[in-house]
Amino acid sequence: MSTAEQEEVRQIYDPVADTPQRYKRTPPEANPPLDYEAYKSTQLRHPKEPLIYLPHTLTEITGPQLAPTLRLADTDRDLTIQRDGMPIGERIIVSGHVYDTEGKPLRDTLVEVWQANAAGRYDHKWDRWAAPLDPNFHGAGRTLTDSEGRYEFTTIRPGPYPWGNHYNAWRPAHIHFSLLGRAFTQRLVTQMYFPDDPFFPFDPIFNSVRDERARQRMVSSFNINETKPNWAQAFNWDIHLRGPAATPFEQAF
Amino acid sequence: MIFEVTPSQTVGPYFAIGLPWDDGPLIVPEDTPGAIRITGTVYDGRGDVIPDHLIEFWQPDPEGRFADIYGYGEQSTFPGFRGFGRYGVEDGDGTYHFVTVKPGQVPAAGGAGLQAPHIDVTLFARGMLNRVVTRVYFADEEQANAQDPLLATVPEGRRHTLLAEPTADGYRFDIHLQGHGETVFFDI
Repeated sequence: MSTAEQEEVRQIYDPVADTPQRYKRTPPEANPPLDYEAYKSTQLRHPKEPLIYLPHTLTEITGPQLAPTLRLADTDRDLTIQRDGMPIGERIIVSGHVYDTEGKPLRDTLVEVWQANAAGRYDHKWDRWAAPLDPNFHGAGRTLTDSEGRYEFTTIRPGPYPWGNHYNAWRPAHIHFSLLGRAFTQRLVTQMYFPDDPFFPFDPIFNSVRDERARQRMVSSFNINETKPNWAQAFNWDIHLRGPAATPFEQAF
Repeated sequence: MIFEVTPSQTVGPYFAIGLPWDDGPLIVPEDTPGAIRITGTVYDGRGDVIPDHLIEFWQPDPEGRFADIYGYGEQSTFPGFRGFGRYGVEDGDGTYHFVTVKPGQVPAAGGAGLQAPHIDVTLFARGMLNRVVTRVYFADEEQANAQDPLLATVPEGRRHTLLAEPTADGYRFDIHLQGHGETVFFDI
């Protein structure tokens, strides 16, 4: 094995030997605040007391590993073949890798998505937006990352839609993502956006991430090379979950 | 190379399209001998129930072993034990429930003895741009709770917000996101 190959193998978690004992704390500016005035629903739904520091113990560095018991079908990762007919809209392939902040891939980890249809309408009883439902599109999928941490979904590009936060409020088109990672500390629910969305400057949820570079980490990129001729546009989006904290002396906490 | 984390965003109002699982509330199979039910209601800062939230539990089995395959000590061998529960409340009275077994004790951080039995809790909802994390402890574990190093760092007047109270078939653990009796949340 060449040095490069050895390095590559080393970059993939050994499920037994490589068991982090602590995870890095996320810098405050990397995440949105729970109290964010521009997004009105946060007002009564954020704690006012300070958070209490929780040193990582076994409960936090372990997490649900569902891969061995999950039985997934092609229809789980292809949202365009879940019903009898083809859904309306732009067919897209969304793919990427799940890494930690050290760039190590997380394999066999569950990635779940849900989204609106091409008209920006969710197949949900509470969504009253005056746009049509698509009988051929529900909008939910799930998959496991492969041995290199890669995931891939085929779906329809979701539309933007209005909401009631303020006058003329519209959400930029987005796909909701849920990740379990491999530890309780790594749990993440977020949204993937599309490049150059004209609604970005006006959306308080997108802009609740105050750091411009952090915000851009939620935006996918168009990929002409992975775009399939006469079939589907490709978008790439990598996700980085918290990585291990390297220092054993921190365990003194 | 060091990368930065992908930021969190709200779970939004329509998570029920994709996230809840039929068997999500079953941390153990329903017919497990000795299974208990943990139920609770989630309230906002006005004291109103939150009718749309997603709550997740993560816990060890009664022997203090986790359903984790990554080599953290002995893996749970408790029959049917998933250790993980997910309940998506969509409407109605804002109440969740899980079927589980009482967790055993696991070591504390830095080798400082054992922690009191506890369950890690994640809560998501519309209007929350990130999750909040809390823990279920058990009101009838007075001795273990008194020696728990994390509980010791919680102001005494707020510790009760982390204690699940015994009921006829298990425990009750309500969550107050804000205001009077605000639940203790953790920075993890």
